[in-house]
Amino acid sequence: MNNSMNILQLALNLGLSNLEYNLIVERLGREPNEFEIYLFSAQWSEHCGYKHSKYYLKKLNTSFESENAGYVEIGDKVVVFKVESHNHPSAVEPYQGAATGIGGIVRDILAMGARPLALLNSLKFGELTKPKVNKIFKGVVSGISGYGNTIGIPTIAGEISFHDTYNNNPLTNVMCIGVADKNKLMSSRADGPDKLMVYVGSKTGPDGVHGASFASKEFGKEESIERPSIQVGDPFAEKNLIEASLEIMQIKAVKACQDMGAAGILSSTSEMAYKGNLGCELYLDKIPIRQEDIKPWEIMLSESQERMLFLIEKGSEEQIKKICDKYTIEFSVIGKTIKTPSYRVLEKEEGKVLADLPIEILVNAPEYYRNNTVPSSYYINRGRKIPEVEGSIDSVLKKLLGHPTLGSKRWVYEQYDYQVGTNTLIVPGDADSSAMWLKGTQKAIAVTIDSNELYTYLDPYEGTKNVVYEAARNLISIGAKPLAITDNLNFGNPENNEVSWQFERTIEGLISASVELCTPVVSGNVSFYNSYNDVSIYPTPVIGMVGEIEDVDKLLNMKFKSVDDEIYLIGKQQINVEKIGGSLFLYIIKDFIGGEMDTVNPLREIQLNKFILELIDNRVVKSVHDVSKGGILFAVVESCICSDFGFEGYIGSNVEELFGENQGMFIVSVSPTDSSKLEELAKSKNIEFRKLGKVVRKEKGINIGIENFDFNVLSNIYFNCIPKILEDHLC
Amino acid sequence: MEIKAAVLVFPGTNGERDAYFALQRNNFSVDYIWHDFDKSLEYDLICLPGGASFGDYLRPGAFAKHSEVTKSVEKYVSKNRGLVIGIGNGFQVLTEAGILPGALALNESNSFICKYVLVEITNFETPFTNSIISDEKIFKFPIACRYGRYEVNEKDINENQIVLKYVQNPNGSYENIAGIVNKDMNVFGTMLHIERAAHPLFGYGENNPIFESIRRFLSRE
Repeated sequence: MNNSMNILQLALNLGLSNLEYNLIVERLGREPNEFEIYLFSAQWSEHCGYKHSKYYLKKLNTSFESENAGYVEIGDKVVVFKVESHNHPSAVEPYQGAATGIGGIVRDILAMGARPLALLNSLKFGELTKPKVNKIFKGVVSGISGYGNTIGIPTIAGEISFHDTYNNNPLTNVMCIGVADKNKLMSSRADGPDKLMVYVGSKTGPDGVHGASFASKEFGKEESIERPSIQVGDPFAEKNLIEASLEIMQIKAVKACQDMGAAGILSSTSEMAYKGNLGCELYLDKIPIRQEDIKPWEIMLSESQERMLFLIEKGSEEQIKKICDKYTIEFSVIGKTIKTPSYRVLEKEEGKVLADLPIEILVNAPEYYRNNTVPSSYYINRGRKIPEVEGSIDSVLKKLLGHPTLGSKRWVYEQYDYQVGTNTLIVPGDADSSAMWLKGTQKAIAVTIDSNELYTYLDPYEGTKNVVYEAARNLISIGAKPLAITDNLNFGNPENNEVSWQFERTIEGLISASVELCTPVVSGNVSFYNSYNDVSIYPTPVIGMVGEIEDVDKLLNMKFKSVDDEIYLIGKQQINVEKIGGSLFLYIIKDFIGGEMDTVNPLREIQLNKFILELIDNRVVKSVHDVSKGGILFAVVESCICSDFGFEGYIGSNVEELFGENQGMFIVSVSPTDSSKLEELAKSKNIEFRKLGKVVRKEKGINIGIENFDFNVLSNIYFNCIPKILEDHLC
Repeated sequence: MEIKAAVLVFPGTNGERDAYFALQRNNFSVDYIWHDFDKSLEYDLICLPGGASFGDYLRPGAFAKHSEVTKSVEKYVSKNRGLVIGIGNGFQVLTEAGILPGALALNESNSFICKYVLVEITNFETPFTNSIISDEKIFKFPIACRYGRYEVNEKDINENQIVLKYVQNPNGSYENIAGIVNKDMNVFGTMLHIERAAHPLFGYGENNPIFESIRRFLSRE
């Protein structure tokens, strides 16, 4: 076999296609060498190259890959945020997968020059009763706890759901929020030639080599061989890296910063130079390595954790090294930017050249676009008749409260330090979203993360819109004005028509919701190939949303406050039982997904949101909770349970009205003296409302007229839901 | 009179800014002290904050006890120069260094626990509690730790060294102990994150009862 056959074979083994290999040869005008093909295999992987998503993402946000994260301004501060997934690693090694997921997103925020202040997560697991899922669930939670708590960043909110579509493909999406002073943001773009590329952080080992291409493949039967692709996290090193980086970025001679994430040194250096229309030269002997027998290409592709790349002016080395010494982390000048737009890797300065590539060829992976057709499953699902639900309201309610998707997540969040940093104004379990105080001001940042795989599977376009509006409602409920979005798009195999169509429709839904709500998508991430043996997960766009609270003293939660307060349903009044497709109770009780789903009415939603904010601003209402998964009754019961109060009133008469999901509804409580004010305001704004009942002592139970539930019984089911399942299915 | 407090920072400490904020709000003037500080500590109060010094590797506090600043604390205590408090990881460092009796073991649940707990003050005759101006004996504070189970040999601790007890034991601590002092009563350690009780927005009063007591005690001297 001749040499070029060998290189081609290597390219194919590394996950590049025949077509892509030919493209490389054509663009370079020559055969790449072995070392170079390793570089291409990582840089052109789906994970780094966004091959199947670029075409669509450009419609979403024209500058989608320009910086490490997006931001909004609140007062004189800049709030930086982004969500990122670590799905594949979490499936294989749940603890490390989740831990390094946190490490990665924290460094993205850090690279922008912001101190990471809070974490959120959206976790998806299969059926918790399955031993494999059980193990993944516990591993992911303890990984977040172990890493997040140790680096001292609070995990303040999140969402978790359980569905059999995730049995073999759990999703771990982590969002991080950081704050910087205005004008203090750091760029990832090289600003000129002859500046030094500086490596800061832990040493490089062979861990996580091929991580990027690993995350760009489906899981099949021989998954055990993937284990070396998993990175291992060291939270102590991360904590030191955070403090060191923040100190380093105070120095004027520091010009750019980029974290070493997927495809490590390779992608961080190449992208930093390319964004500045420059090239760069790297000296492999200068890279701090953990073991001598590591191969040159392994150094380039390694995803060893806790490393950052800085671009600095010559002459400032000593100053930066001193900071690294203080925090006992590595410091090394590993290369420099050059005027020629080439990506050059040398064994050592003036030594053997291992790679010399035009940088724009290396960085620009091909772009794939499919002409998607609507899959038949879409019509079939919609056409399915919503089944009758037998059984009493009592038994349905108890099943919902005992389902881990709806039951309390206390078992999980008590393992997260949600208060360190003392900015957390709303603790988990108290409201629809959380809030971080900007100390020294009256303002706070409101944050939420949300998704609904049933909606987005049934109709990716309308489902995604519903999820975005739901995220906005979460923020509205605590009194925050929604500002911007970050998204994590978790999908199956993009080479499959159905998945590709789902992706396209999701993006379109995201665009229209974000335009309607004036909340731009400022950062995001795509995770494809969440599939197992050719079965893809339900499309799962996860929406992180950030809002602004003007006055922390007006912050609200969903807890009822005092006996005799009146409870109102604001917004849509009559559940359209023809349009309860995608409701969670149908899945839990009947294992049913299908039928018509309710869709948002943008104009009415925006009016409603404005109205709720006005109520909060004028201190008319004492609690707000939006109606979502589990319907109106579940929302009322949840407010009761978490505030230790009962309820007396009437909500509806049948299962569909009580548990069915429609869009655009809030539950508020108001003191009896203010109820007429509330009604007048609503009438004047043309907002529909209905009094559902009032708050009573919990000893009186939760009485909905047609049924009276014992408070303690419901509360026990709700809070013991996850511990009980874990106990019943010990493994 | 200005009361000076030092917040010690080890690599991996993460509660230093919380302690700083809380102490400042309770009218202390506060400095951070990095762990390599080997001179005499000229402060009225030394605070060892929470976090994970040296990553909590080996055992929480096992490395921090070898830091220069910990030796300075030992001298500070034996000279009775002022008061010392250790919160969470700071408490662990103080027990590892032998400045306080006992040890902190893995929680009974084997996992990290972050929640609010109720505690009873069982000794009002210490500098950390004797000026609490409240008729209440029960207070609410958060805990956030993985190694929070206090263990001690009965003979190593006197009844009057026990300052705080959990109303409901969250982690299996011996005798429900939540906070102790040394025999000379100038060092106080607790797994309660008292520094997080720092502001009405977090559901607390304007002043922190324990920091307030410390300040009153120190300004009286």
